[in-house]
Amino acid sequence: MAAIEILGLEKTYMVGFWRKRPKRALQPLHLTVEEGEIFGFLGPNGAGKTTTLKMLMGLVFPTAGSARILGREWTDPEVKAQIGFLPEQPYFYDYLTAHELLDYYGQLSGMPSKDRKRRVEEVLSRVGLTDVKGVQLRKFSKGMLQRAGIAQAILHNPKLVFFDEPMSGLDPLGRREVRDLMEQLKQEGKTVFFSTHILSDAEALCDRVAIIHKGELRGVGAVEDLTSSVQGKVEVIWQGVQIPPSMKALGADCHVTGDTVRAVVAENQQDAAIDALRRERIRLIAITPLRTSLEAYFVEKLQHSQTAATTVGSSK
Amino acid sequence: MKASDRTTIVASAALLFSITTCVLLLRHIDRVRPQGTMEDALYINSPTIVKRASLGFNGLMACIYWTRTVQYFGHHHFTHERTYNELAPLLEITTALDPQLLPAYQFGASFLAPAPPFGAGQPARAIELMQYGIQHNPDNWQLYYNLGFVYYTELKDYKKASEIFARGSQVPNAHPFMKVMAAQMAEHAGDFTTARMLWTTTYQTAREGNIRQNALEHLRDIQVDEDVSALQGAVTRFGERTGRLPTSMLELTTAEHLPNGPADPDGDPYRLTPEGRVLVEKPDNFPFITKGLPPGYKRSGLPKFHVKG
Amino acid sequence: MNARIVHIASNTFREAVRDRVLYNLIAFALLLSGAAILVGQISIDIERLVVVNLGLAAVSLFGVVIAIFIGIGLVSKEIEKRTLYTVLSRPVRRWEFIVGKFFGLAGTLVVNTFFMAIGVFGALLYVDHKFARPDATILVALYFIVLEFLIICSLALLFSSFSSPLLSAVFAFSLFVIGSFADDLRGFAGLTHGVTRWFTTGSAYLVPNFSALNVINAVAHQQHVAGQLILQNTLYAVFYTVMALSGAVLIFERRNLK
Repeated sequence: MAAIEILGLEKTYMVGFWRKRPKRALQPLHLTVEEGEIFGFLGPNGAGKTTTLKMLMGLVFPTAGSARILGREWTDPEVKAQIGFLPEQPYFYDYLTAHELLDYYGQLSGMPSKDRKRRVEEVLSRVGLTDVKGVQLRKFSKGMLQRAGIAQAILHNPKLVFFDEPMSGLDPLGRREVRDLMEQLKQEGKTVFFSTHILSDAEALCDRVAIIHKGELRGVGAVEDLTSSVQGKVEVIWQGVQIPPSMKALGADCHVTGDTVRAVVAENQQDAAIDALRRERIRLIAITPLRTSLEAYFVEKLQHSQTAATTVGSSK
Repeated sequence: MKASDRTTIVASAALLFSITTCVLLLRHIDRVRPQGTMEDALYINSPTIVKRASLGFNGLMACIYWTRTVQYFGHHHFTHERTYNELAPLLEITTALDPQLLPAYQFGASFLAPAPPFGAGQPARAIELMQYGIQHNPDNWQLYYNLGFVYYTELKDYKKASEIFARGSQVPNAHPFMKVMAAQMAEHAGDFTTARMLWTTTYQTAREGNIRQNALEHLRDIQVDEDVSALQGAVTRFGERTGRLPTSMLELTTAEHLPNGPADPDGDPYRLTPEGRVLVEKPDNFPFITKGLPPGYKRSGLPKFHVKG
Repeated sequence: MNARIVHIASNTFREAVRDRVLYNLIAFALLLSGAAILVGQISIDIERLVVVNLGLAAVSLFGVVIAIFIGIGLVSKEIEKRTLYTVLSRPVRRWEFIVGKFFGLAGTLVVNTFFMAIGVFGALLYVDHKFARPDATILVALYFIVLEFLIICSLALLFSSFSSPLLSAVFAFSLFVIGSFADDLRGFAGLTHGVTRWFTTGSAYLVPNFSALNVINAVAHQQHVAGQLILQNTLYAVFYTVMALSGAVLIFERRNLK
């Protein structure tokens, strides 16, 4: 069963003083997320990530389309018992302590009293807030609030968690902790759907990603596929500062660094490059397949869509 | 000295100085402003508007206006203002806000009807006020009392007064003396006894200070009138018997078997003139007496209430 | 379902308490004690009238202010501060949220009124030195004031569900003032014609009728309050509250939470 099936969700806001101008926040989106995977929802700020998440949470009503979550209609209230949500830059009732907050949320999730007490302690220790559980949230730092947010999202042991920019405002240690937590969640068999604009996190964590820009889906797929499918290149490193003419003839991109040279050639020219070096009796140090980073893929997709957009625009 | 210490000292000094200045200024302002609250209180002198502005808290506003009324009267009284023009509107607003504020009616009866400087001199308005009260409190016999009171004391319409007391006596739970008063007024309106009964009742049933004081003054003066009448009557009898006027008060009292050394409630002895008139030593102390006044005596027009009766 | 409403209500109550709302009781106590002591010296004859009128007027006004200022923030503050997101991501229906908030606020006011009532009776004891049987009618007046609070709370919630805190406060307070004139408004309606008449009559019926719920002066004069009036007022308050809350739910259910 797919964890999430987004079937054409779209959102158009009416803006302007008289609310007459339509603003497309999200084009009809079709997306599927499988159970047990960590899915990254990527895009620059304002791309429509939060809008999508809010629609799935029932906070915003779509102009059209529907979705299924864990096999049920997304508007079904029972779905909420099995999902957890961490909003972007969360803010909680600051007059409550962490312990009280979690207890309250547990009550609202319908957890029976004994379970709730046990679980609250568990979750607090898992996110590292046990020491401050009696402190009012108004005294929490940003990082602590983020951890409290994660705590409330996983409190009731949901099968599916939604994180909106979970790393925002965290220091490197905090980010590492959140990454570890998400890995753990996956190991527990949960599905994690998170949105972010920080690609390195996505690259490290996600099984699959979707890229969204200006309300439109630009690409979906497994991280490996996306990064390797883009013109594979290899990196060749050799001893010395000599650049064989045959290498240049291959159209290689060469740089001298200290007493070695680094060249980038196309994958299919790999053998030719090795031959070129052997002929000159140059010592090969390393040949490594060069994977395009997700970032490059990302930027390329965005530029592509921008050009496409301008073309479309100019043809109007 | 640290900068923060300096700031503290300067700020504290400024605080103390400004507090003192404000207090002193307020006192100056009060002296300059004409009469302050009262004129403001009646800036809105339409009962309907005041009622609307009360937002439903009529009773509370009525209490506030009542308190103002009493203060107003007291202030004007003791500064010898002679006029009480705002008394009627104040009472009308008070009773419009709360028709059941009974003390207001009694106050109106005591002080709206009498002529200045003892009251506002508006008996017609006083009667209107009482009737308004009766209309809204038909089961209250005291309002009939107040109404009859006005007819008796100011308008001297004894017949009407008697009627009203009679009507009042028929209200359930009316005090028995209402019937008595009705009868008294019908038969012996001009008598001292009747007047004394009326003022004694007022004194005993009122709790408001000014009303009681007023009643007390009247009672004192009734005493004086009574005394003077009695003494004057004795002079006449003496004359009929002896064919001459008594030479002294002592001769008179001995001859007519009256107690020696008759004195007014203040303790000043009554004087007997050679012409046989009984006079009061200090008429100013008895604002309401009608007898025992020296010939050509003109009232100074200033009310002079005693502190203790 | 009911459990969630109870939890939301108790959390709302907890918020009010931690917001130190109940400190208003101190101001109230000072006001009333001051008045009770003062009244004996400045106006004899009407001590009881002043204590009851002032006491109940203060209960009413303090409560209305609290109801409005907390009520307007109930929904709009949560949306502004986005504390609502994590709540609604749980199996909480939007209407449960509104109803829970209402009961929380109403509960706070009832508790507040309870303590104030003790203050009023205390002041009354001080000036009268004893209780008379008719003093029990003060409880009726207090009950009516609580009904007023229910109506105001529901109106504050209604406005809070779609409008900013400032506007909500203005609307709610205006309705309180107009509601005190409800009788007059109906009178005016009778005097107008045509479209104005429709408009005025409509408004007169829509506006909460606070004049009927104000028996403070009658109670100050120790007058009896008709049982029929108690019953009708209770029903009116209940239905009016339901009306306002239904409106709030309808609006809130459809609102996009940006």
